Amino acid sequence: MKRESRTVEFTLNGAAVSAAVDPGSRLSEVLREDLGLKGTKVGCEAGDCGACTVLLDGEQVCACMVPAGQVAGRDVTTVEGLAAKGGLNALQQAFHRHGAAQCGICTPGMLMAASDLLRRNAKPNRRAVMDALGGVLCRCTGYRKIVEAILDVAKAQAPPVDPPAGAAVGARLAKIDGQAKLTGVEAFGDDVAPRDALLLRVARAPYARARFTIGTLDRLYADHPGLLRVLTADDVPGNNGFGIYPHIKDQPVLAEDRVRYRGEAVLALVGEAAAVRAIPEEEIPILWYAQEAVAGIEAALAPDAPAVQEDKPDNVLTRGRLVKGDVEAGFAAADHVVEGAWQTGFVEHAYIEPEAGCARRVGDRIEVTVTTQAPYMDRDETAQVLGVAPEQVRIVPSACGGGFGGKLDVSVQPLLALAAWLTGRPVRCAYTRPESMAASTKRHPARITARAGCTDEGEITAFRFHGDFNTGAYASWGPTVADRVPVHCTGPYFVPNVAASSTAVLTNEPPAGAFRGFGVPQAALAHEALMDMMAEQAGIDPIEFRIKNAMAAGLETATGQRLEASVGLVDCLEKVQPYWEDWRTAAVMRNAVKKTVKRGVGVGCMWYGCGNTSISNPSTMTVGVSRDGRVTLYNGVADIGQGSNTIMVQICADALGVPAGTVGYVMGDTDRTADAGKSSASRQTFVSGKAAELAGADLRAQVLRLTNAGPKAEIKIGKRRIVVRDGADRHEIDLAALPELAAGDVLRGSGTFDPPTTKLDENGQGTPYGTYGFAAQIAEVEVDVDLGTVKVRRMVAAHDVGRAINPVQVEGQIHGGIAQGLGLALMEEYLPGRTENLHDYLIPTVGDMPEIEVIIVEDPEPLGPYGAKGIGEPALIPTAPAILGAIYQATGLRMTRLPVTPDRLRAAILARERDGGND
Amino acid sequence: MGSYLRPTALGQALEALGEGPRTIVAGGTDHYPARVGRQIDEDVLDISALRELRGIADTRKQVRIGALTTWSDLVRAPLPAWFDGLKQAAREVGGLQVQNAGTLCGNVCNASPAADGVPSLLALDARVELSARDRVRELPLSEFITGNRRTQRGHDELVTALIVPKPGKGARSTFLKLGARKYMVISIVMVAGVLVPGRGGKIADLRIAVGACSEVAQRLSALEADLTGRPMTAALAKPEHLAPLGPIDDIRGTAAYRRDAALTLVRRALARLMIAP
Ligand SMILES: Cc1cc2nc3c(=O)[nH]c(=O)nc-3n(C[C@H](O)[C@H](O)[C@H](O)COP(=O)(O)OP(=O)(O)OC[C@H]3O[C@@H](n4cnc5c(N)ncnc54)[C@H](O)[C@@H]3O)c2cc1C
Ligand code: FES
Ligand code: FES
Repeated sequence: MKRESRTVEFTLNGAAVSAAVDPGSRLSEVLREDLGLKGTKVGCEAGDCGACTVLLDGEQVCACMVPAGQVAGRDVTTVEGLAAKGGLNALQQAFHRHGAAQCGICTPGMLMAASDLLRRNAKPNRRAVMDALGGVLCRCTGYRKIVEAILDVAKAQAPPVDPPAGAAVGARLAKIDGQAKLTGVEAFGDDVAPRDALLLRVARAPYARARFTIGTLDRLYADHPGLLRVLTADDVPGNNGFGIYPHIKDQPVLAEDRVRYRGEAVLALVGEAAAVRAIPEEEIPILWYAQEAVAGIEAALAPDAPAVQEDKPDNVLTRGRLVKGDVEAGFAAADHVVEGAWQTGFVEHAYIEPEAGCARRVGDRIEVTVTTQAPYMDRDETAQVLGVAPEQVRIVPSACGGGFGGKLDVSVQPLLALAAWLTGRPVRCAYTRPESMAASTKRHPARITARAGCTDEGEITAFRFHGDFNTGAYASWGPTVADRVPVHCTGPYFVPNVAASSTAVLTNEPPAGAFRGFGVPQAALAHEALMDMMAEQAGIDPIEFRIKNAMAAGLETATGQRLEASVGLVDCLEKVQPYWEDWRTAAVMRNAVKKTVKRGVGVGCMWYGCGNTSISNPSTMTVGVSRDGRVTLYNGVADIGQGSNTIMVQICADALGVPAGTVGYVMGDTDRTADAGKSSASRQTFVSGKAAELAGADLRAQVLRLTNAGPKAEIKIGKRRIVVRDGADRHEIDLAALPELAAGDVLRGSGTFDPPTTKLDENGQGTPYGTYGFAAQIAEVEVDVDLGTVKVRRMVAAHDVGRAINPVQVEGQIHGGIAQGLGLALMEEYLPGRTENLHDYLIPTVGDMPEIEVIIVEDPEPLGPYGAKGIGEPALIPTAPAILGAIYQATGLRMTRLPVTPDRLRAAILARERDGGND
Repeated sequence: MGSYLRPTALGQALEALGEGPRTIVAGGTDHYPARVGRQIDEDVLDISALRELRGIADTRKQVRIGALTTWSDLVRAPLPAWFDGLKQAAREVGGLQVQNAGTLCGNVCNASPAADGVPSLLALDARVELSARDRVRELPLSEFITGNRRTQRGHDELVTALIVPKPGKGARSTFLKLGARKYMVISIVMVAGVLVPGRGGKIADLRIAVGACSEVAQRLSALEADLTGRPMTAALAKPEHLAPLGPIDDIRGTAAYRRDAALTLVRRALARLMIAP
């Protein structure tokens, strides 16, 4: 029952307001729901994320913890109050220049925290900036550009100039959707619902394995008149199952009579928002019969383990395998053989925006506006759940407040669609933070054993790898991980003899799905440690050892694919080498005198195939010119903060030959854009970018053909005509005279690209990817050996991206990837039921980030747009190995279990002291 | 249906509490996080408008910290060196948003084993002032908190102040927090200390408290007794000095780790206290 409302009068963004509100409700809720100011974001309702930061009498506070009654007579400033409508203040401009907003969900909170600081201190130093931002989490940027932007506010700067025609690719263009993210206008998943939308709330399993029955619902309906509909499995008209693979729809939309992980959806309450919120959990009539759950890989593979899924008695979802050469002969030829075992836990995506969206029924169609990475996959998934044709479903991506793989699987989509379909009313839903963490997919926990051998000269002769991956209760992307890992398991090195295998194991734990790297970051821990160990045994410097064995054009990968071009690993290694030598030497000298705080420097390398593994994954892009001369890129790519809206426009504009500033776009609406696949697998710049280039080139070719102009001609698209200048010749196309093709466009170009791949044979041989990204990172850490704490001080990251379409965004991806890699290495581990919030599950704060120097290496990929390939996942993969290598130099300990929390590292230090050895 | 009271005079607040139990809300930084995804509809007494409870007052014998004093208020207040430790704790609570809203009293009343204010206040021998409509009483902080989220507060009582008696001349203090990240982190272990230097470089008075290693933060009285009267140089803590602690395994660290880290932090705190400012 909601409390009586009371009138609260206060000043909001400079204007007096008087609002009738529940004085005990959260200020964030009042701002967003009662006053309609959605610029203040909600990521946790627990003070942990800071997305809701506002100024109260000029001081930063979390609006989710301020009772509305407490603002009476006081002054509240939100992001909407920073600048006059349509404008940006100096702080917002600095954010824009620096690319400080990626997805933008943390941006209002960051801006308010920074405003609080700048009010007190107009020229803050770095320390003061970090202290001011300490309470706001960002999962995308690694904080570096945010800090730089704030340090830069005081300096007046000329506004950035848009690059002229043909100069967009490679320019440090500010995000074309940046302004909306900085003013609070950008609509995320929970910002799109109309006021009268019904609310959907999901009841979830409190047990990891249980059977249940649902009792009579009469009582619930009677006690809560605003409750309109309780959805159960029986209400699903189509297939009550979803999953990434067309043939594995194993996860029920709503559980039928059993649940397989804690957090699984059981039923959905739909009704008036206040009524649905007010229903106490204990009144929902679900009768539980808890059973013994299968937790962890070992338990699942035990001979007498219960089956997680009835049709998979051995709890094995799938296996991957790769054989190249003769691995036994390779080991026989080795002078040094090293081996090890590694272990990682569940890692949570922890995007600051929880899953959210809104659906409405329009005749016999359903429209879902939702935060997503994969609009077309959502469309097909939702359609098969509703039992309708895919064309009857329209997915409109909202702005996405971070995805990292976690918003590739559907979450609210089928439930919202079902509720709107059945009630005929708009329905909204936003997961709470604990719900998001319990229900959503995770990074696969891995148990890896690996062995490698090399000669005295440091030539790798053989590599053996096995990885068990805990895929949780449902398949999700488990098969992808099982396929991708063996391909990448050797690391970016030439190895003549390889035997690799992987197993995806079912457990009663959260479904493990896609998370930046699909299992490759876990595998990289093994190959990078083995490189270091071999180098040590052979008496070769670790970087020299890597250079000696580095993959290069003309060599064959473990799958027998001959790489033809764009293999910039040696270049990356040579770029970090000078830092490496300086830092290593400095650490040795320092450690000779410091007893407690030891420094170390480590290196990590990676390679990563851009695109889906061995399957077709085409993208199609269309670009049109309307009668009034507007150019629109129909861009099916979901921009999840990585910046594809900007990148695609940059590429297409250059291909067409017009300034990027004149190209508008439509993002990801399945009614208005063609399928550009999902924003995953570091494929969008490479695959969709190529399609955008082809679309621009196609339109250009049509314009040139219509005017009989040569290929070098200059195109100017004006209000009603296109003017084409070809040397001294001038031609015109009268747009008004052309027939309309579609959606107001009179000219349209389109392009499709599908990277060339082949199926892998039974030995895992073939061409799984069209291109690969390469990188080397080095990290310097400081270890307090008495406490086991690790501080990463600085890093250098050299990445071969083929071509940096937008260097600001490449840097941003690398910073953000490093932040997540650092979290993986040192602090992040999701434990079901125990870390379902952002104070028990820790992700790096601004104070945990090292200094980072980014070195962009451009070894062009002939297949990619202007030579470009992906960077999203590559950014994260080398970080944890580099940190582990650094911990080794600092302590002499090779840590093999992640995260290396203070207690684990200290225990290892003590164990070594006890054993008296150096092992 | 719950009611929400936000009186402007202490008398009204105590009257309301006398009529029946209510959830007290000050800064709300423990209140709201404990209610994520739940309808908030209980009877609330919001004490944030009680002017009498604001401010830090210095009298001859003691310092009185009003119940509405926030962490930021404390950091900004001009206070003697023996408050440095408590101020350091304040700077490491949550982020600035939490420091601007959260109160020391709320931290104490919430009685989390990891409450960062408690070790410093224990080391300062702080007392808790409890007011009801018909009585006022003072309790030592060590008696006030009785367990994990349990205190001696009666349903009709409001904590109106924390009272810190002045230690001896030249007293200084320190605070060390161990967490798994830089900002916004729940302590794995924290150690607070107050030292009063005596004549001839000897320790006249020493108080050390350790938090997050037992249900309620603990003073290490054996250590304090062993070192008091000794020279300020070679003071070393031994594992047996940690006997009052009873750490547990949790997501933030194992019991064994906590014990080990506590000893390290106690030694470091002692070393800091020994160095004259
Ligand atoms: C993101 C975040 C990070 C945090 N980090 C830390 C940290 O690092 N270290 C730490 O110690 N704490 C931390 N906290 C906890 C919290 O901020 C503190 O405990 C805070 O000091 C509580 O004060 P408050 O005024 O906000 O309390 P409230 O939430 O208003 O109240 C807390 C409790 O005390 C009771 N109460 C409050 N005032 C009185 C009174 N005068 N008389 C009687 N009962 C009263 C309330 O009924 C309630 O039970 C964090 C909290 C958040 C949200
Ligand atoms: S929503 Fe307020 S801190 Fe996360
Ligand atoms: S930009 Fe900060 S969370 Fe996405």
